[in-house]
Amino acid sequence: MSVITIAELKNGSLKKISKELVSAGRKLQDQVTAILINGTEQHSQELFQAGADNVVKIDGKEYSAEAWANIITAVAKEKSAKVILIPHSILGKDYAGRVAIQLGANIIADVVEIKGNIESIQVKKPIYSGKAFANIQVPTPIVVTIRPNTQELIENYQGPKNLEVKVIDEGNVKAKLTNIQQVEAGKIQLTEASIIVSGGRGIKGPENWPVLQALADVLGAALGASRAAVDAGWIDHSHQVGQTGKTVSPNLYIACGISGAIQHLAGMGSSKIIVAINKDPDANIFKVATYGVVDDLFKVVPAMTEEIKKLYGIS
Amino acid sequence: MKIAVLIKQVPDTETQISAKISGNKINESGIKWIVSPFDEHALEEALRIREKHKAEVVAISLGPDRVQEAIRTAYAFGVDKGLHIRDTSYNTLDIFYTANVLAAVLKKENPDVILTGHIAIDSQSSMVPAMIAQILGIPNINNAIKVEIQNSKVKVTREIEGGIADVETELPVVITATKKLNEPKYPTLKGILAAKKKNIEVIEVDTLGLNIPRIQIISIEPPPPRPPGRIIDGETPEAKAKELVRLLREEAKVI
Repeated sequence: MSVITIAELKNGSLKKISKELVSAGRKLQDQVTAILINGTEQHSQELFQAGADNVVKIDGKEYSAEAWANIITAVAKEKSAKVILIPHSILGKDYAGRVAIQLGANIIADVVEIKGNIESIQVKKPIYSGKAFANIQVPTPIVVTIRPNTQELIENYQGPKNLEVKVIDEGNVKAKLTNIQQVEAGKIQLTEASIIVSGGRGIKGPENWPVLQALADVLGAALGASRAAVDAGWIDHSHQVGQTGKTVSPNLYIACGISGAIQHLAGMGSSKIIVAINKDPDANIFKVATYGVVDDLFKVVPAMTEEIKKLYGIS
Repeated sequence: MKIAVLIKQVPDTETQISAKISGNKINESGIKWIVSPFDEHALEEALRIREKHKAEVVAISLGPDRVQEAIRTAYAFGVDKGLHIRDTSYNTLDIFYTANVLAAVLKKENPDVILTGHIAIDSQSSMVPAMIAQILGIPNINNAIKVEIQNSKVKVTREIEGGIADVETELPVVITATKKLNEPKYPTLKGILAAKKKNIEVIEVDTLGLNIPRIQIISIEPPPPRPPGRIIDGETPEAKAKELVRLLREEAKVI
């Protein structure tokens, strides 16, 4: 019996969620096996440190939902897996459901808390974009997708370090990838970002994004937007945070010129620290803000950028 | 060609859910129901495919009697047939069950294309489309921003992390829609009135002969209360910025 986790990579690096999953798996008090597709020895070491006992390394597999699901299912069966933890990422959403069906296992998606043991686990997941949370009890086997940035990382796990290199046939894959175009190579994805700088109607126009982008750049943050800014055509909808956009859970969310409509608050309300910068002292966003600045964002944001540059020693 | 569009009825985004929680359920009284916004893009795409290719568009929804209202909306958009899988035990978080029920009906309908939104704004699981594809043994392509069908082939441009990708496959296929796929043409008054008279085919879920293990929701709770916030004082915007950065560094420890 074991817990299986799936590692995902981005630009040649292990995504933080990959380590979060093995750390979360440790809490279930059983063997944790991480599946690493197209990764390196270095990535396996990082997974061991974060809580994996075993790493199954599988090489040379082009991504497709069908291929990955077939590989994961094969390993899960071999290891008699009871719990399969998958990132709630764009890719995870492609293959997690397929794994559940192949294993005849139930599945719970977008989970922020997991506890229990290998026989029965309890999970918590936000619903209605975080307007409420559901606690669910499930017998295993179970597939769970976990929201990035919600699990505490184990830094230096001292367990067995068993590395297996395997060849698994991914079967006959029907959907073929013909072309990939990286539009924002290296940019941090909103749903996995630990810091987000977000703008709303208060930024007044698309020409002002550089003000926010400068702050985002010094913080290594992703750029978000409210629905008002997206609907005005100031930025692509892929940046939209909220109930009809993306739900995010960063450590720090900096809302600039955002009034705080209910749909927006739902999408970012579970951020650990919220900063609101808005001229209007009655804006709804101040009701959820940890720190509020009532002032002109065009003065406050550049001053913050300069202050952080000093702090980090960036010229 | 036949296109099935899976539509889900969800509470309007204005709904204050906290006030509606009772034990392990959401109290439905007074909720305004809408078609999940991304499913409208799936409906629109189905109708656009029908314009180019001869196709029948079937809208399918699972749930209690109230979901017939969502099927009426689909009729107002212009679908050819509305199908209601009536299930009073339906629960939005029970996705293994949902996928199996929908797949059982889709097996009988045998569509060439299955379209739906990439996420439902209530449960936010995004898993059911891939699960249906697995049950039916067909490919799934999520987060589509462009769909081109030619004969039995389909080419989809989809969003991936940090970019876009082209994926090709043979029909049948499951495709999920993003906002970027199209701009829905909202129903006219004439369309809405005509939709009221259309026949909705009803399938009772019990007649499907399925026996699927269900999940147990123990409780639903409001979000944890946020600690009271603090307004940063300062003579100038620069002074406020400086104090804010200090607090983020020293107190909150997030930068």
